[in-house]
Amino acid sequence: MYGKGLKPLSIATVAMLALSLSLVFFYAPLDADQGFIQKIFYIHVPLAMVALAGFVIGGIFAIAHLRTDNRKWDAYSYVSIHISVIFGVAVLITGAIWAKASWGHWWVWDEPTLVSFLIVFLLYATYYPFRYAIEDRDRQARYASVFAVTAGAFVPLNFMAVRMAQSLVHPRTFATADGGLPGEMMLTFLCCLAAIALLWTTLVKFELTAKSASGQVKRLRRALDAPVSGGSSRIAPEVS
Amino acid sequence: MEVLFAAPALPLDEAGKYVAGAYIVFVVLLVVYVGIMASKLQRIERDLDEVAAIAERNKENQAAPGREAEEAAPYG
Repeated sequence: MYGKGLKPLSIATVAMLALSLSLVFFYAPLDADQGFIQKIFYIHVPLAMVALAGFVIGGIFAIAHLRTDNRKWDAYSYVSIHISVIFGVAVLITGAIWAKASWGHWWVWDEPTLVSFLIVFLLYATYYPFRYAIEDRDRQARYASVFAVTAGAFVPLNFMAVRMAQSLVHPRTFATADGGLPGEMMLTFLCCLAAIALLWTTLVKFELTAKSASGQVKRLRRALDAPVSGGSSRIAPEVS
Repeated sequence: MEVLFAAPALPLDEAGKYVAGAYIVFVVLLVVYVGIMASKLQRIERDLDEVAAIAERNKENQAAPGREAEEAAPYG
């Protein structure tokens, strides 16, 4: 069920990633201020935007779980947060590389944009031990949903607070008084954003399909009165 | 190939290694994730093989109900 449409989605993702990389390196002009280093922007910013959006989407799925008590929504919420945390790792590393190239430091502690993203990332890093600490599956799913809703609400609040704060060194690319990105850069950026959003969707669907297959094998084993190998995971929700 | 040769040369100087590093990190993370998922899928495939074997054994036992007892006590 979850695997339906996965193949065309994967092909679209690979095509979009290839197109985006071609645009980044062969179409988008070099930035007058930063030069070649600015090319990191095309991977770093879409990853950050999609990761933060993924956290919020995880919260929305958690609301659906709390309203309906359907375990499917808990699985969606868990997988959304899981993929967003992986994207978050990529954001932190690519950002640190850009900071080293641009500012000469891997990390700057008095920069609100960096520190706020780290706080959000660490908040979601606690999601796994939080889930793992609860044995009962129903309680685990309910508490994890409450966590996802609370943390998901924190993400846009945190984003707005950072936008309102006076940035010291981190560039503000969008909605600036100077007019933002020029056309060719904006087109390249939007393609990269679409590619990363497609990648996130594909990975979420891939993970859900794998979990669904694993859950169905376990159900088959139970139906055949065969022992379940390895036991069931206490962290990951089972999808049927 | 002609498009690649016609493209402007990339300034792979000091900045180049950082840009390459950032994109390599992205690709490596993706490859590691796909590798982990591949191992999970292999485990599911192994489990499915086992379940299929159990189902076939059950089917054979249902077809010949006395055989299981004979196998359990061959000298009885």
